[in-house]
Amino acid sequence: MTSNKAFNILVPIISVFIGLFAGAIIMLIFGYNPIEGYMALWQGAFGDLYFMGETIRQVTPLLLTGLAVAFAFRAGLFNIGAEGQVIVGWLVAIWIGISMDAPIYIHLPVAIIVAALAGALWGFIPGLLKATLGVHEVIVTIMLNYVALYSSNAIVRSVLSNHEDRTDNIAASASLASEWLQGLTYFSRMHYGILIALLMAALMWFIIERTTIGYELKSVGFNQHASKYAGMSVKRNIILAMIVSGAFAGLAGSMEGLGTFQHMAVQNGFTNLGFDGIAVALLGANTAFGVVLAAFLFGALKVGALNMPTEAGVPTELVDIIIALIIFSIASSYIIRLVVLRFKKGGSKWDSLNFYNRLFHRHFSFQPL
Amino acid sequence: MGFVELLQSIIPPALFFSAPLIFTALGGVFSERSGVVNIGLEGLMVMGAFVGIVFNLAFADVFGVWTPWVSIIIATIISALFSIIHAVAAVSFRANQVVSGVAINFLALGLGVFLTKQWFGKGQTDMVSQPFYTTDIPLLANIPIIGPILFQNIYVSSYLAIILAIVAWYILYKTPFGLRLRAVGEHPMAADTNGINVSKMRYIAVIVSGAMGGLGGSVFALTIALNFSHATIVGQGFMALAAVIFGKWHPLGAMGAALFFGFAQSLSVIGGGIPLLADVPQVFLLIAPYVLTILALAGFIGRAEAPGANGEPYIKGSR
Repeated sequence: MTSNKAFNILVPIISVFIGLFAGAIIMLIFGYNPIEGYMALWQGAFGDLYFMGETIRQVTPLLLTGLAVAFAFRAGLFNIGAEGQVIVGWLVAIWIGISMDAPIYIHLPVAIIVAALAGALWGFIPGLLKATLGVHEVIVTIMLNYVALYSSNAIVRSVLSNHEDRTDNIAASASLASEWLQGLTYFSRMHYGILIALLMAALMWFIIERTTIGYELKSVGFNQHASKYAGMSVKRNIILAMIVSGAFAGLAGSMEGLGTFQHMAVQNGFTNLGFDGIAVALLGANTAFGVVLAAFLFGALKVGALNMPTEAGVPTELVDIIIALIIFSIASSYIIRLVVLRFKKGGSKWDSLNFYNRLFHRHFSFQPL
Repeated sequence: MGFVELLQSIIPPALFFSAPLIFTALGGVFSERSGVVNIGLEGLMVMGAFVGIVFNLAFADVFGVWTPWVSIIIATIISALFSIIHAVAAVSFRANQVVSGVAINFLALGLGVFLTKQWFGKGQTDMVSQPFYTTDIPLLANIPIIGPILFQNIYVSSYLAIILAIVAWYILYKTPFGLRLRAVGEHPMAADTNGINVSKMRYIAVIVSGAMGGLGGSVFALTIALNFSHATIVGQGFMALAAVIFGKWHPLGAMGAALFFGFAQSLSVIGGGIPLLADVPQVFLLIAPYVLTILALAGFIGRAEAPGANGEPYIKGSR
């Protein structure tokens, strides 16, 4: 019998392979050389220290939004609102960064913590509505994304700047940027945020695997009724999960504000960090360690893709197609399991398949929209 | 400003903004009534907008003034085919339907912009030369009071949307096919026992949602956006999804919700010309539809009951 653990590692690997393979076929169809294309991608992500620095910069917020989506997933909630939580986190971090005057050991932590709180508030609203009124969190978070986008644009325009399209840069005492890291990577925009992101991954692992809170969250995610019967407060856990999830996403926003850009501009559309976080969480099987790996993969794909048009003529959007196909493959892991089991000799395949199916659908069971 | 002039400045734009949402929401109703959650409506609209614009640009010389009509038909067909991916994943591969829908959104946008760069050498297409234009409806436009409000300077697509909503209601509630479709969404095992092919019904429903989403996207592109880029469809699909839920999974309810959203969206455009709203900062008009949706879900409309088996893959023989 193929163990479930083996599948949990196999499915993402096969999915990534399917995505990259399909990407190669698309390049062939449109007359590009897939080897050149993927070489350009690799060069653009890891070619020299500058590209590596940029890759790590891109990984930082993706890691945090991945954690945000994964954390909610573990409690059986689907946080499509990481996008909006990123935006409010970014906005508030910039706000503190511009308006406060304090030494760096106060200013920077305050800006980061307040950003996390803003994200947490943006997660608290759908959590509260879900827990008390049973309103589906997917719809509320989608709606809150737009509220965040339009209100933050209005605030950037008329509160944080004098009717301009961007704010001033933040004070140096609120900045995550580091001359040392920039010098090390030929002036990429890499900043200290990656340390915070990795620390948060460790924190998520600790909360989920080593604390009572984490145990309860997972329990609620598996079966709300059983959890309730066991004396847990389902409502409290749902709200808590959304708050922590939102805080992670808010942090992701502060990484962009305090680290990469040092300001906030009027956004014409979404940052897509939140939506990419969904892909990261799925590929990472909603575990902290998996999310770290998946964030590095998607970060490298996104940054490497920027090199593809100049080096190989391939539009960067090829990577979005690849990511979409990876998500499809993971979502359809039932069929991957079926095929893998076909290749294995001997009986008991239906047993393990059915076992897995039950587990998967419990793990990912959402209430209907 | 008199009352009639006020209505005249509110209603036509509201209808104009509503039409794409109505089409797409109707598709969502079909899909979700059969038990398949469709977060991919946004992606289906993107696909429709892309195909509608590209076809329009390529064949404007061939079809002349009929180009927009042919374009939306082609966009409908291509999006229906595209939605089969979601159907295969959600029905046959037992994928989590929300996740599969998210992937549809990624894929449509990725493909659309990729092909746009491929064919136009830049991130956005040219403006179409043959969009839909407003017309006056003959005879009806001459009716006093009602004529100027409802039948002058109107996009015909708005009427098509309302007619299709009534057709969808008839199909879902008055035909054996509709009964089967709803049965599959409420209790697939019972439907299966009665000899209804659950997979087939769900495939049909998802493909209908693809067709309607494509129609909505192409109508949006050919009346409002007039070109295609990554920013052509931003959130209209999600608004349509909200309309499905707001409208309690009922075609006419979804139409009503879509009309309301269309009205709310048009407010941010026409707000400056309306006395009461002229002083309200635009941001409040922009976020109004979203905040109202949340408030509505939290209280106004009472508990909305989703189709019983919505989101559940049907596995034959399991209980």
